[in-house]
Amino acid sequence: MRPIWTLVVGAAMLAGTPVLAQKSAADGIAEYRKMLEDGNPADLFEAKGEVLWKQKRGPKNASLEACDLGKGPGVVKGAFVELPRYFADTGRVQDLESRLVTCMATLQGLDATEIANTPFGRGEQNNVTALATYVAAASRGMRFNLPQAHEQERRSYEIGRRVFYFRGGPYDFSCASCHGEDGKRIRLQDLPNLNKNPGDGIGFAAWPAYRVSAGQMWGMQLRLNDCYRQQRFPYPGFGSEATIAVSTFMGVNAKGAESIAPSIKR
Amino acid sequence: MADPMRIRAQAAGDKTTVRVLMSHEMETGQRKDSAGKIIPAWFIQEVSASHNGKPVLAAQWGPAVSKNPFLQFTVKGARAGDKISVTWVDNRGDQRTDEATVS
Amino acid sequence: MNPIRSLAALWLLAGCAAGPSPADLDRQAVAVIKASFRDQGIAKVDRLNQDLEQAACSTPQPPAPEVVKRIEAESLASVRWPAGGRYLGDWREGEKLAQNGRGMTWTDASASPKDNGANCYNCHQIDRKEISFGTIGPSLWNYGKLRGVKDAADPAAAPVMQYTWSKLWNSRAYAACSNMPRFGHMGLLDEDQLRHVMALLLDPKSPVNQ
Repeated sequence: MRPIWTLVVGAAMLAGTPVLAQKSAADGIAEYRKMLEDGNPADLFEAKGEVLWKQKRGPKNASLEACDLGKGPGVVKGAFVELPRYFADTGRVQDLESRLVTCMATLQGLDATEIANTPFGRGEQNNVTALATYVAAASRGMRFNLPQAHEQERRSYEIGRRVFYFRGGPYDFSCASCHGEDGKRIRLQDLPNLNKNPGDGIGFAAWPAYRVSAGQMWGMQLRLNDCYRQQRFPYPGFGSEATIAVSTFMGVNAKGAESIAPSIKR
Repeated sequence: MADPMRIRAQAAGDKTTVRVLMSHEMETGQRKDSAGKIIPAWFIQEVSASHNGKPVLAAQWGPAVSKNPFLQFTVKGARAGDKISVTWVDNRGDQRTDEATVS
Repeated sequence: MNPIRSLAALWLLAGCAAGPSPADLDRQAVAVIKASFRDQGIAKVDRLNQDLEQAACSTPQPPAPEVVKRIEAESLASVRWPAGGRYLGDWREGEKLAQNGRGMTWTDASASPKDNGANCYNCHQIDRKEISFGTIGPSLWNYGKLRGVKDAADPAAAPVMQYTWSKLWNSRAYAACSNMPRFGHMGLLDEDQLRHVMALLLDPKSPVNQ
């Protein structure tokens, strides 16, 4: 438990003086976030994911150790920073979470459609989240390098770019409404410009992440889901082509950026 | 059986810093679910730590502690290879003990 | 590399060196989007049917000048002026609405304006006392004061009243691809709520104009 005195110090920093109120509020929040980095509960999900990767489960009573995440069966290190990518066996571009579900279905005999229809935070979705956290952690510190050699990968990027700019819903929002410019924020939450490389550990390079305010581990699919909810869009299907395409767009734009996933967020 | 804790214990001179991440829900017992029913209180009540079997920390926690809490403390006189053991007990009577070796 | 696969790759390159055209990709993207979403709560897939303004503004480049003119003209024409010519409500209610970011998501129970907030502080600074403000839109601190509004009933203030009302009703009347939601036109806020937001910005007694 964090000692009470650190909470008091944090609160004092947020109060600040009227003249410097904005700067000290932002500084105070930055300091609070720094304090949170030690003891990231994402470690608990990473540990759980590692157990699930090696555990024999499902009707086929098999582990996921033969799962091909793009760098060959069973290769986990480095896979995260090259996703989404094209997979010949499914004939399409897949992101980390949809690829994990493919492996859970083909290797373990679990029901892919049922998993995709399970809400976040329930049943097998919790396992997908833990596995995604484990796989992401194995690439911690590595730099994004999504392949664009295959025609489908390039198409996914082009589709993703159009998805990013697609304005719709009662608020007329697109991803670009919030993430299309440098130096903007919603309330006090800074917004990365995802139309380009936003830098090491930012945007695509920071998810999966543990959301302290919700006490939940969020993969990129849930992050996109909540984006779309706040955009006042209808509900994006888990692992749907639009979500994979927009991930390709962000991942390719982030080429060379260092991954800090799984990170910690407010 | 509850999920395992993550414990790291690093010696630096005479002081060993122990960092513990516990996997545990936290409900104050004040929240209501979407049907309007109270979600029962569920939180860690006691935490204890020992060094090579000798108690070094005893804490009484309550519903103010966060979900998946992080605890950090220092133990004097511990050396690499020593055992640090941490136990939590919650208000339902469940408990969990995990151990780490000082590095 | 497998020689057969490399030959196939050459075919691909020779046969469709250009790949799908940008227009093809535009069409494919819309199809992908429509196939990727489903209804949830009050958020239905018909929200993905774009009107002229949304479709024209779905690229990083602005639309052609004639399209911009058309959007702005049609948007201005769509504005419904307040009953009785009464522009201002209660700035206290306006501040509450400005602070409220709820409404219109699939976790909201109804799409009725009375259940919606105006979302203003998400993007704008308004009352300087509020330090938690966004920067997607310009600061609105001293909005009425900077525009010389000392008395809302004064005819001299009428142009500012009309501009502000129409901007809130349909932001695209002045910027074809505005990032700001169209609060009146899309039925997000009703007349009374808009009057309260107007008062927050334009009432000389509002804290925003001190």
